[in-house]
Amino acid sequence: MTTTIASHSVETATGATKTMVLNMGPQHPSTHGVLRVVLELDGETVIKAVPDLGYLHTGIEKSCEDKTYSQAITLTDRMDYLNPLGNNLVYCLAVEKLLGLEIPKRAQYIRVMMAELQRVSSHLVWLGTHAIDLGAMSVFLYCFREREEILKIFERFAGQRMMTSYIRIGGVALEPPAGWREVIGRFLNMMPSRIDEYETLLTENRIWMARTKNVGVIDVKDAVAYSMTGPTLRAAGLAYDNRKVFPYSSYDEFEFDVPTRTDSDCFGRYMIRVAEMRESLKIIKQAMEKITDSGPIRAEAAGIIPPQREKMKTEMEALIYHFKIFTEGFSPAPGEAYVTIESPRGELGCFIASDGSPKPLRCHFRSPSYINLQALPKIVEGQIISDVVACIGTIDIVLGEVDR
Amino acid sequence: MAENVNQNANAVAQHLRAWNPKAVEQVIEFHGETTIVVPHTLLRAAAQECRDALKFDLLSDATCVDRFPVEPRFELQYHLTSIPLKQKIRLRTRLGGDNPNVDSLVPVWPGAGWLEREIFDLMGVHFNDHPDLRRILMPDDWKGHPLRRDYPVEGFRDIPATYLPGLKK
Repeated sequence: MTTTIASHSVETATGATKTMVLNMGPQHPSTHGVLRVVLELDGETVIKAVPDLGYLHTGIEKSCEDKTYSQAITLTDRMDYLNPLGNNLVYCLAVEKLLGLEIPKRAQYIRVMMAELQRVSSHLVWLGTHAIDLGAMSVFLYCFREREEILKIFERFAGQRMMTSYIRIGGVALEPPAGWREVIGRFLNMMPSRIDEYETLLTENRIWMARTKNVGVIDVKDAVAYSMTGPTLRAAGLAYDNRKVFPYSSYDEFEFDVPTRTDSDCFGRYMIRVAEMRESLKIIKQAMEKITDSGPIRAEAAGIIPPQREKMKTEMEALIYHFKIFTEGFSPAPGEAYVTIESPRGELGCFIASDGSPKPLRCHFRSPSYINLQALPKIVEGQIISDVVACIGTIDIVLGEVDR
Repeated sequence: MAENVNQNANAVAQHLRAWNPKAVEQVIEFHGETTIVVPHTLLRAAAQECRDALKFDLLSDATCVDRFPVEPRFELQYHLTSIPLKQKIRLRTRLGGDNPNVDSLVPVWPGAGWLEREIFDLMGVHFNDHPDLRRILMPDDWKGHPLRRDYPVEGFRDIPATYLPGLKK
C-alpha cells in the first residue's frame, strides 16, 4: 500500500532540519496486531503520523450478506476477538429490533452478566499488554492469570473459551451450567484484591507515571469531533456511556457509576479502565441476584426461535419450524435498525438493513477501535516516538475490529 | 418513552423544515427510530444545522446501503447522537448509480474522514472536498468496490469464467 508521506525539510526552533520517515508495523508488537503507522520524525519528535490499515480485512460485512440472520452470529465473534459476547449482543439486539422481539428478563440478565465478565476480561488483556508495552512485565502475567478464570467461566457456560457465540437471537444459547453461582461467586470474591494488586504495581509507580502522565492528551471538544467514545472520551471528562444514556438489555435496572476524569491523558485512561473493572464486578453481582434459578432463556416466537428439543419430538409444527429455521431462515419485515452498546472500547454499533428476505441486505458494524484510531495522528503529533506506543495502547485497539 | 422519542424527532424534522423548506423530503418512523431523508445537495448544510442548532454533536456512524438494481441505488445513512439531549437521529440521502457523489461531512465532523473513506473504498461513492479520499481497507490497486450488491461474495478472481457468464475478468 502506498502512503503519501516522504521526508522533507522543516523549520524548527533550532533551524531547518531534514525529517526522517520511520515505518512502524505492521509486525510491531506494540501495535497489538497488524497496524502500520508511518511516522515522520524530527529527531525524536513525531511531526506526522499516518495510520495504514486493512492488513486484517476479512470482509465480514460482505459475508454477513450471504448468510441467514442466525448464521452470521458466528462471524461477529471474530471481529473484536477480545469482546465476542459484546459483538454477539449488539448483532442480536439489532436483529431483535428488526423483528420486534421481547426478550425474557432472565435472558437479559444473563446477557448483562456475560457482557460484564467480558468487559473485565477485555480490560485485563488491555492492562497486561499495555503494561508490557511500557516495560512492566509482571503485570501481564498477573492479568492473564485472572483472565484465565474468566475464560474458564465462559467455557462452562458456552463450551468455548473465546468464540462463544453464546448470545443468540431471542435469548442465549444454553441454560447456565450446574454450580455457576459458586464459580462466579469465587471469582467476584477474588477479583477486588487482585485489582488492588495491579494498582500497587502501577498507579504510584514512578516509571509508569512518567510514561503515562501528560502523554497523549486530547481535549473533550476534539474527542467528540473525532467521534471518540468509551474510556477515551470519559477520561476527557464526558460521562457518555451507552449503558446509562441509551440503556439496553435492562441496564437501567442496575446500579453502577460511570467513572470520569478530566486529565484526558494515558494515565487518566488507565485509571478509568481500572475503575470500570470494579464497576463491572458490581454489575455482575447484581445480575447474579436477579437471575432466577429457573425461567425461560429464549423468547417464544414460532418460526424465528428454534423450538425446544422435546417439542420437536412430539409436535408436528415444532418439527416443521425447526426445519424451516435451519434451512431457509426467517425474514424480518423490510426496514433498518441501528443499535449501539457500550463495548470495552466504546460505542459499538450495528446497523442492519432488511429487504424482507432471509439474508440481510446490509450489515454494518460501527467499530469503536476503528473510529477512535482515527484520532491517533491528532494525539501523537508533537509527542516523542516512545509515547506513540503508550498512545496506541491507551486507545485500546483490536485490529480484528478495526479491519473487520 | 417511545412517544417522547418520536416527539423529539418530529421536532428535529420541524426545525429542519423551518430552516429550509426543501430540506426534508421524507420522515420515516420505524421501530422507534426516526429517519429524515434529505436531498443530497443539502446534506452538508443540514448536518451542520443539526450539529449547531439541534446539538447533535456526535457523528456516531456513517454507512451506505446498496439497493441494486433499484434506482437511486445508494442510500447514505448518517447516525447522529446528541450527548446533551440523549437523542439519536438518522439522516439519509439517496444517490443514483451513475457517478455517485456527495459533499463530504469532514468540515462538520473531522471524525467523518475514515467513515467516508470506508464508504468510498467499499461502495465507490465519491465525497467532494474530502481531504484524503483514498482506499482504506482494500489494497490501493484493488479493482471494484466489494460491498456493492453486484460484486459477488466470492470475488471475481478465483472463479472460473464458465461459472460467471458475462462477468469475465
